[in-house]
Amino acid sequence: MNRYPLWKYITVAIALVLGFVYTLPNFFGESPAVQVSSAKATLKVDQKTLARVEDALKGAGITHDGIQLDFNGVKTRLRDTDTQLKAKDILERTFNPDPADPQYVVALNLLSASPQWLTALHALPMYLGLDLRGGVHFLLQVDMKGALTKRLDSVSADLRTVLRDKNIRHAGVNREGDRLVVKFRDTETRDKARNAIADSQPDLVLAEQGEGSDLRLVATLKPEAQKKIGEFALKQNITTLHNRINELGVAEPVIQQQGADRIVVQLPGVQDTAKAKDILGRTATLEIRMVDDSPGALEAALAGNPPFGTEVYTERGGQPLLVKKQVVLTGDRLTDAQPGFDNQTQEPAVHLTLDSAGARIFKDITRDNVGKRMAILLIEKGKGEVVTAPVIRTEIGGGRVQISGRMSSMEANDTALLLRAGSLAAPMDIVEERTIGPSLGADNIKKGFHSTLWGFAAIAVFMIVYYQIFGVVSVLALASNLLFLIAILSLLQATLTLPGIAAIALTLGMAIDANVLINERIREELRAGMPPQAAISEGYERAFGTILDSNITTLIAGLALLIFGSGPVRGFAVVHCLGILTSIFSSVVVSRSLVNLIYGRQKKLTKVAIGQIWKPGNSAGTAAVNGQK
Amino acid sequence: MEFFRIKKDIPFMRHALKFNIISLVTFLLAVAFLLTKGLHLSVEFTGGTLIEVNYQQAADLEKIRGALGKSGFSDFSVQNFGSSQDVMIRLPLKGDQNTSQLGEAVMNSLNAEAPGAQLRRVEFVGPQVGKELAENGAMALLLVVIGIVIYLAFRFEWRFSVSAIIANLHDVIIILGFFAFFQWEFSLSVLAAVLAVLGYSVNESVVVFDRVRETFKKSRGLTTPQVLDHAITSTISRTIITHGSTQLMVLSMLIFGGETLHYFAMALTIGICFGIYSSVLVASPLVMWLGVSREQFIKPKKVIEGANEDGAVV
Repeated sequence: MNRYPLWKYITVAIALVLGFVYTLPNFFGESPAVQVSSAKATLKVDQKTLARVEDALKGAGITHDGIQLDFNGVKTRLRDTDTQLKAKDILERTFNPDPADPQYVVALNLLSASPQWLTALHALPMYLGLDLRGGVHFLLQVDMKGALTKRLDSVSADLRTVLRDKNIRHAGVNREGDRLVVKFRDTETRDKARNAIADSQPDLVLAEQGEGSDLRLVATLKPEAQKKIGEFALKQNITTLHNRINELGVAEPVIQQQGADRIVVQLPGVQDTAKAKDILGRTATLEIRMVDDSPGALEAALAGNPPFGTEVYTERGGQPLLVKKQVVLTGDRLTDAQPGFDNQTQEPAVHLTLDSAGARIFKDITRDNVGKRMAILLIEKGKGEVVTAPVIRTEIGGGRVQISGRMSSMEANDTALLLRAGSLAAPMDIVEERTIGPSLGADNIKKGFHSTLWGFAAIAVFMIVYYQIFGVVSVLALASNLLFLIAILSLLQATLTLPGIAAIALTLGMAIDANVLINERIREELRAGMPPQAAISEGYERAFGTILDSNITTLIAGLALLIFGSGPVRGFAVVHCLGILTSIFSSVVVSRSLVNLIYGRQKKLTKVAIGQIWKPGNSAGTAAVNGQK
Repeated sequence: MEFFRIKKDIPFMRHALKFNIISLVTFLLAVAFLLTKGLHLSVEFTGGTLIEVNYQQAADLEKIRGALGKSGFSDFSVQNFGSSQDVMIRLPLKGDQNTSQLGEAVMNSLNAEAPGAQLRRVEFVGPQVGKELAENGAMALLLVVIGIVIYLAFRFEWRFSVSAIIANLHDVIIILGFFAFFQWEFSLSVLAAVLAVLGYSVNESVVVFDRVRETFKKSRGLTTPQVLDHAITSTISRTIITHGSTQLMVLSMLIFGGETLHYFAMALTIGICFGIYSSVLVASPLVMWLGVSREQFIKPKKVIEGANEDGAVV
């Protein structure tokens, strides 16, 4: 009765092998590496970059242990940290000749040191959380009210333009909190205005107020529109943060949305919080200015003698360009930028949408300057770059602008991103900050590891002494539980934190319960006089229901933590829940298959090594129960 | 080896009232401490800034306090953290302060007055986040309670689920009472430990209840207290060995886990000790007083028996 069909043994064996394979990378650890990635959305890292890295290192006489290219950039594996630092300096100089204007991010990183075949199986070491590797964690609160206010301000400008265009006389447009108030002197004008506004601004809800000569039209944003503005602001802020963090030279930054209005930023390895904060909070602006193409002016400027009211900027691609200082339009007037195609030529293009005030200015300027060039500049930290400088072909009205010509669709994509991502859509505040020094991280790993190791050893010694062979089986089952747990965590690339390690330890301490239940049950059946084979079988059968019940109640607590927990609690909960699931399998199936292997084939089993079976003799309490069987 | 050489069922239920009075007194004491002393909540809940620095030699706390006072900080606390070289500085939330620059400001003033400090960790939590964490913690607790009550009611009987949850919630209050009495820091990881313990000790009650149900089904002629005594006696060895094993692991965390895991392991230790007590000696009498009886488990069988008897009469 204690035999498993072959397929069950095979299942257990496969599970153990898989567990072993996916746990393996954690033992190889990580080797130092240098990562080169692009600092600009418009710059792509490809095979050419890889070749450049190789040449640079060869030129400096640095030997490497392999270079690879993936979606993050070019990663070079190096023998030790000294070589890593040397290689970083060399690559920094090669790729960013001008430190003031970095084109690439050259960052120190760690790469899994496991052999190639493991990496090919996606067997990677567990991802260590900030509390284990050191770094900075920020939780940023996006000021949605700020985003709405910004939007309402631009809407109020639009309303003024609409009313002026339709020749409707009003007595003022004002923003009061989260609503716009337009004043009128008579109802007729108000009705006219109402229609005009409803036509041009579908996002507004309009209500009439006041009487006599003090008539008002109150406009508020529809809830859907508010939600859309919020989502857009959050998305744009995340994009902007990505671009900015690239400059910090962080190998694997995490930038994620959390909840409706928060952004988590995690920068592993960064210690300089002051610089990180400075970069996160910075604002970038977009400017449209005219290009000075008058003959000889550029040459004069390059000779150090620019004409009055102009400046020299570098175009993308390196050409110098003379741009007028007077700003025609700023990015505030830009409501959207999307990549697309030209309707007639089918060339890749970027479509810009301007708000109505911006559209009016743009119309005027293009009418007056047909055939001339205009420059679109991105100004960051007082330093500008010309994103593009197209020629104006015709007068452009309606606020829809198309930039096209000499552009690949990739470039169109990147330009649109850059134009959108130039500035933050809404202000942000840091609501949570955590900095963990690298020495503390290493300490935490050591402490977590030692706790688990010694706790496990103590349990193992006790179980083996107390339950003998069955104790050994229980310990092996517990070890396989640890194996499965680490394998799953590595496979999911879940983030391991110190509370996570604590959860591993605690889960192991709790998981032994299932085996204790089984062993005690078997002893009890033996005590009641059952033959050993039957006792083993009964023990496992009867204990299973209890194990399931008790694990489910623990799982309920784990799930609640997972749903409501954040930060460290979440790390704990993930490991705890996974551990409960793996423990059911290992303590029931794995331990049973081991017991079956050991005892199942012996037909005349008279004795099992489960420790002493002490019989109380015929006492009243137990006899009464046994008698009922 | 056998630790538990029990000749007959131990009459736990004879002393049920005593056990419950003891646990009621402990519970009331815990509530009293919670009300009078309150919990010493960590920065995560209250909001504020926490800075951990490390010195090469033993740190001079007075000097650090002086340095911070001179730089215009107030209401701060400076303590050793784990060893004499490690120092923990806590600063409360201040409405007018530029909180995001606080960490640097503190390090600057430390470097000026008590040089040699190495920054180990900075945590800053805004007021909104702290409030949310507290709310989420309460929600998690509520969800656990509801989930467990429903599961046990579905799997056993409402009497079992009610007594299990009462017994185990009283554990939670007692853990909190300890934290209030000793003014240990109540952090997020302690909260996680408390909830894990809640699930774990319900687990304990489940094992006993399973046995109660089985005994009711198997044996006639035993009174309810006898059934409970038998169920507890036959599971007591497992209870103590399991909890002992878990405690071995927790002890290892207490010894090797360092300051960060200290209160986490402490909460677990208290939870495990009181978990045994309450789920065995509090939950079982409660089940008895709520009126559990054999009929509640063998009802379907009885109906069939009744029908047969009727058939015999006709």
